[in-house]
Amino acid sequence: MSAPTPLPPLESPTRPVRFMHQGEVHTVQGLPPTTTVLQWLREHAHCTGTKEGCAEGDCGACTVVLGQPDASAPGGVALKSVNACIQFLPTLNGQALFTVEDVAATNGGQAHPCQQALVDCHGSQCGFCTPGFVMSLWHMYQHHEHPVSREDAADALSGNLCRCTGYRPILDAADQMYKAPRIALDLAPVADALQRLAAEDTGTFFYEARDAADPGRKVRFIAPRTLPELARWRAALPEARLLAGATDIGLWVTKQFRALGDILYLGRVEELKAINPWGPPEAPQGLEINAGASLEDAWRLLARHVPALREIWLRFASPPVRHAGTLGGNIANGSPIGDSAPVLLTMGAEIVLRHGDATRTMPLSEFYLDYMKNALQPGELVQALRVPLPAAGSALRAYKVSKRRDSDISAVCAGLWLRLEGDTIAEARVAFGGMAATARRALKTEAALVGQPWTEATMRTAQAALAQDFTPLSDMRASAAYRQRVAANLLERWWLETRPASPLRADVIQVWPATV
Amino acid sequence: MNQTVEPFLKQAATAAGQSKPHESAHLHVTGSAPYTDDILELTGTLHCALGLSPVAHGQLLGIDLDAVKAMPGVVAVITAADIPGRNDCGAITHDDPILADGELMYLGQPVFAVLSADREAARRAAATAAKVIRFKELPALLTPQEGHAAQDYVVPPMHMVRGDAATALAAAPHRMDLHVDLGGQEQFYLEGQISYAVPRENDGMLVYCSTQHPSEMQHHIAVALGLHSHHVQIECRRMGGGFGGKESQSGVFACIAAVAARKLKRPVKLRPDRDDDFMITGRRHCFYHDMALGYDDEGRVLGTEVSMVSRAGFSADLSAPVMGRALCHFDNAYWLPHVAMHGFCARTHTQSNTAFRGFGGPQGAFAIEYALDSIARQLGKDALDVRLANLYGVDTNNVTPYGQVVEDNVLQPLLGELIASSDYRARREAIAAFNAGSPVLKKGLALTPLKFGISFNVVHLNQAGALVHVYTDGSVLVNHGGTEMGQGLNTKVAQMVAHTLGLSLGRVRVTATDTHKVVNTSATAASTGTDLNGKAAQDAALTIRKRLTQFLADRHQVPAESIQFANDCVEVAGNALPFNVVVTEAYMARVQLWSDGFYTTPKLHWDRETMQGHPFYYFAYGAACSEVLVDTLTGEWKLLRADVLHDVGQSINPALDIGQVEGAFIQGMGWLTTEELYWHPKTGKLLTHAPSTYKIPTASDCPEDFRVKLFDNRNVEDTVYRSKAVGEPPLLLPFSVFFALRDAVSSVGGHKVNPPLRAPATSEALLDAIDAVKAAQAKA
Repeated sequence: MSAPTPLPPLESPTRPVRFMHQGEVHTVQGLPPTTTVLQWLREHAHCTGTKEGCAEGDCGACTVVLGQPDASAPGGVALKSVNACIQFLPTLNGQALFTVEDVAATNGGQAHPCQQALVDCHGSQCGFCTPGFVMSLWHMYQHHEHPVSREDAADALSGNLCRCTGYRPILDAADQMYKAPRIALDLAPVADALQRLAAEDTGTFFYEARDAADPGRKVRFIAPRTLPELARWRAALPEARLLAGATDIGLWVTKQFRALGDILYLGRVEELKAINPWGPPEAPQGLEINAGASLEDAWRLLARHVPALREIWLRFASPPVRHAGTLGGNIANGSPIGDSAPVLLTMGAEIVLRHGDATRTMPLSEFYLDYMKNALQPGELVQALRVPLPAAGSALRAYKVSKRRDSDISAVCAGLWLRLEGDTIAEARVAFGGMAATARRALKTEAALVGQPWTEATMRTAQAALAQDFTPLSDMRASAAYRQRVAANLLERWWLETRPASPLRADVIQVWPATV
Repeated sequence: MNQTVEPFLKQAATAAGQSKPHESAHLHVTGSAPYTDDILELTGTLHCALGLSPVAHGQLLGIDLDAVKAMPGVVAVITAADIPGRNDCGAITHDDPILADGELMYLGQPVFAVLSADREAARRAAATAAKVIRFKELPALLTPQEGHAAQDYVVPPMHMVRGDAATALAAAPHRMDLHVDLGGQEQFYLEGQISYAVPRENDGMLVYCSTQHPSEMQHHIAVALGLHSHHVQIECRRMGGGFGGKESQSGVFACIAAVAARKLKRPVKLRPDRDDDFMITGRRHCFYHDMALGYDDEGRVLGTEVSMVSRAGFSADLSAPVMGRALCHFDNAYWLPHVAMHGFCARTHTQSNTAFRGFGGPQGAFAIEYALDSIARQLGKDALDVRLANLYGVDTNNVTPYGQVVEDNVLQPLLGELIASSDYRARREAIAAFNAGSPVLKKGLALTPLKFGISFNVVHLNQAGALVHVYTDGSVLVNHGGTEMGQGLNTKVAQMVAHTLGLSLGRVRVTATDTHKVVNTSATAASTGTDLNGKAAQDAALTIRKRLTQFLADRHQVPAESIQFANDCVEVAGNALPFNVVVTEAYMARVQLWSDGFYTTPKLHWDRETMQGHPFYYFAYGAACSEVLVDTLTGEWKLLRADVLHDVGQSINPALDIGQVEGAFIQGMGWLTTEELYWHPKTGKLLTHAPSTYKIPTASDCPEDFRVKLFDNRNVEDTVYRSKAVGEPPLLLPFSVFFALRDAVSSVGGHKVNPPLRAPATSEALLDAIDAVKAAQAKA
C-alpha cells in the first residue's frame, strides 16, 4: 500500500483528455464527460468509418481497439477491443485509439490481410457491420499469430452482428487472413508516445466540462491512480458515480439520458486490476480478484482453474464487453440477471468492501439485499472478490440458459456445488440468477441436499424444494413457468453429470458442453 | 434458349457469370463506403428526434409544446399542424399519418419532432414525450386474435379458391385440424432508418435517404409539402441493409425531415436511435393459421381449407399485398387440387407491419409445410415421403391455386440430388439409433423444398429504367432505378453492362440511385432488382453497342454481325480496336454515346378480385436438409449440419448468389428460432426493442458443416443471362431447421405425437412442446 498522501483539491484545474489516434496525439476539452468515443469519432473528428448500430454495445458496428501502455504486452502496448458507443471519451486519456481507418495504415496503406480476406471471401454485403468485424479480426490477428479454431473465431466475433452474410464467409476470412504473409505491428512509436503522455499525466486526472443532461452545470471526471486515493475520493464524494467499464452505465446515458453527475473512474488504478492467489502462500485456496479486473481476465483465469466454468466465460457477453466490463462492476451492479453473482455465490466467494483506508469482508451471499440494493454504505466501494477454488473432483457446475448462445442475457443462470463425504452430501451451495429480485442462493434446495446421498431421489426432492425457493417473473426473456421448469431441470443435468454412479459426460447431455 | 447471349458467356474475359467481389467491398473493409449518416453535414444542419405516443390507443388532447421548447438546445418543435400538404405516408391506403393527429394509434407512433443543432439534445427533449403528450386512453386491440374477433381489418378479407375444398375434405379418408402460430420478425438492418433533407432553390428539396423506394419517398414528400414531384430529389448510394424495412417505412422519416427542413429553411437530419426505430417501424407480419386438411393413406392432400390471420398493425401499409403473397405461396411446392384460402389482415394497435424478405410468402408456405409434417407423423411416415407425394407434377397436377401453370418445375431432379448428396436416408437411420441411446440429447432431421414466385404481384410495378453513359475515354457510368442494400445489385448490373460492351469490370461504375435520373421507379423488392434493372441497363448498353456497331460497319465496310465486343476492344475485320479509341472516333462522328434503357416483364396478368391469373414470370426452387441437436431438459439446441441446393438459374455471380442463399438461410433460421417479438400484454409496448432483447443469429449459430450449392439450371424464361432472382426464395430454406427441431422433439414421444411447436422455436417453445409430447405420451 502506498503511503497516504493528501487528496488534491476538488477545485483542481481541468486537464484535457489526451490520447493517440491515427498516429497523432489528440487533445480534447469542453465536451461533456459522458460524450462517447463514438460520438467524438463521428461528430467531432468526422471519422465516420466506425458505425453506430445500436448504441448499447450489442451489435459491434462501433468496435474499436484501445491500446494501453503495458510493459508485459508485446510492443509495450496492450490491445483490447471495446464498443465505442458506450465508452466515455475521458476514459481514453493516456491510451491509443485504433479505428478501421488505422488498419490499412498498419500495412503501409495497403489492405491489411484481415481486410483483404473479407473482400476475397465475400464477407461483406451491405458493409455496415464490416468495419466492426475488421476491428475484431484485427484484434484477433494481433493476439494470435496462427489461425484459431472455428469455435474460437466465432467467440472472437460474438459481439459483431451481421444481418446479411450468415457469417460463413466472415469465419472463412478469419482463417484466410493467416494465409497472407504476416504483417507485424510496430507499436514502438505508440508505446513511446503513450509513455510521454503518461509522464506528463501523473496523479489524479481531473476533467471538468458541462453536463450533457444540464448544460448549465459543470461536472467532473476524476480518475485517481492508486487504490488509497480512489478509496478516499470515494469517501469524500459519496454521491459521485463510480465508473468502471461503463458497459451498463453507458446505456444509462445513451438510452435513458440519466445525469451521472460527478464521475469517479477506477479504470486508471492499476492495482485494482490485479488478480492474485488468495490464502496462505504455500497453499493458496483461491483467487483474489480485484474489482477492476476485466470480465475477460477474471473469467479466463477462473475457467483455467475450474474448467466447468468455460462455457459461462465464453457466453458472458462478447469480447468487447468482457474487455471493458469488470467483475467488480458486474457484482456491484447487482443485476438479478448478471451471470457472475450466481456462480460466485456457489463458489462461496467473499466480497471485500473498502471505505477510506478501512476494509471489511462479508460473504457475497450477504451483499445483496433486494432488487438493485446492496450492502455498500455511502462512500464505500467494492475492492475485491475472494473466490475459493473448489477441491478437485467436487461437483461444481455452472449453467446458463438464454435464447441465443452468444452474447445474450440469461433467462436462468445456475451455479451448483456440492461436496460428498463418503456417500453423503456434506455441503451444498445452489444459486440462481434470473429467478428472483437478486441472484441468490436456494436455501431450501440446499437443505434438501445436505445430509442425503447424491441419488436421483435426492435430486427430485431438491427439485421440489427449488419450487419453494423462488417465484420468478415472466418477461420478454422467458416466462415464469419456463424459468421454474428449467431451473429444476438444470438440477437434473447437474445430477446426471456428477452422480457417483456412472456420471454422464457433459457432451452427452449438453448442446454446448463446458468441458469435453 | 437465347442464342444471342450464349456466345458471350463462353468468353473467358467476360465479366458476367463469374464470382466478383461486391463493388464496394474494398470500401466496406476500410470504412470508406459512405452511408447517409456519413455524408459531411452542411453548416446549419439541425438534428431531429421524435416524440412518441406513450399509449397504444388514445385520443390526442394536446401537447405541452412550451415544455419541450424550454429544453436545452431545442430550436423548434414540429407537429402535424406544420405539415403544409397531406399528413400521410401510406404506401397504398391513405391511413398512415406522418405525425399523429387527433388519434394515437400505437405505442411508439411519432407525435412531434424536436429540432436541435445537437442530436443528443434533440433526443433528450423528444424523450419527454410521455410527460408532455396529453391524451385520453381508448380501448386497444393488442393481438391479431383480438382484431380478428372484432372483425377489424385494415383491408377487406381475401379469398382464393380452387375446386371444392369442402366436398374434398368430407370425402377424404383422413382429416386433420391444425392451428399454427408463427411469429413476426424485425428486419434489423444494421444501418437504422435515416433521412437527411436539404432545401434547394426554387422550392426544391434534396433528400439523402436510406430507402429501397426512392420514387415513393419523392411522392410522399411532394404530397406532404404540397409540391410537385419535380421539386423533390431523392438520392441513395447504398443502404446498410433493408430487407423490406426500408420499402414503405422509410417514408415517415423522409417526410418529417423534409417538412422540418422546409419550415426551418435548414438542412435536417433524422436518424432515430435503434430503440426508436424498433418502436416506430413495423416488421414481418406474425401470422396464425387455422387449417382443415383432408388426405389419403399416402399423405396426399385432397382438400384444404385455411384461414390466415396476420398482425397488420394500426394501418394498411403493405399488409394487403403481403397477405396476397402468403395466399399465393400456401401451395409452396405442392399440388393442392381443392383448396379454399381466406386471408385476414387484423388491425392491432401496434406498429404497422410491412415488407420483409419473402413478403408473406414464407408465412404462407410455412403453413403447408407444418401440415405435411403433421400428416406424416399421423400416418407414421417419413415427412420427406409425404412431401414427395404431394409435389407439383411436370405435365399434370401442375396448376397453382391461382390458375398459373408451373412450367419450369425442377423439384424432382433438385430434390433427388439433395436427397442423395445429403445422404438423407442413411442419416435418418443413424439419427434414430442415436436417439435410442441418448437420454437427454435428441437429434432431428428434415428436408424441405421450396418454390417461390418471381415478380411483383401487381403487374404495373414490373418495369424498370436505366441510363448508360459512355465517356470518350472508354469509361462507363451506369444509373438505374434499383437500390443497393448489400445484395450486390450494382455489382451484377455493372457485370452485365461490362459484358454487353465487352469491357472489364473496372471500366464500369454504377452511381447512386437518384430520382432526378431514372424516374417512376419501383421499389427494389420482390427479389426483382436484377431481373428488372439488369435488363433495363442491358437494354441501354445494347442500344449503344448497336450504334457503335453500325458506326464501325459503315466506316470499315464490314457486316455488322462480324463485329465483336470483347476484352476492352472491338474486333473489326480481324483487328482489335481499343474500346476507348472506338468511342472517341464515334464521338467525333457525332454518335450518341449514352442511352436510356427500359424493361417490362412479359406474360403477367392478375385479377385482384378473383385472385387468379399469371402473377409470376417464373419460379425459383430450392431445398435444404438440416440436422439439429436438442437438449430435452432445457430446450437449447444447435444446428449440426445444413445441406442446401438452390436454383438461381444460370448465375451471374455465384459468390454473390451464394451470399444471398446463406444469408437468407441464417436470417430465416433466426426468424423461426431465436428472434422473438414480445409486446407487453397490457400496455402494448414492444419490449424487445434492441439487440439486447431481440436476438438475431451470431457467428456461432452458423453451422460448422454448411454445404451450399447452386443447382445446375438455366431459366426457361428470357431473363438476364437466364439467371433467376435470389433475394427472397432462400428465406424458405431454414424451414428445414424448424422441422428438424420438431422431429427431434417428436422423438421423445416415439414419433407418435405431433409436437405443438410454435414459431419461433425458442428454447422455451421447444421445452413446452417436449413437455406436451411427454404428457400426451403418458396419457396414451
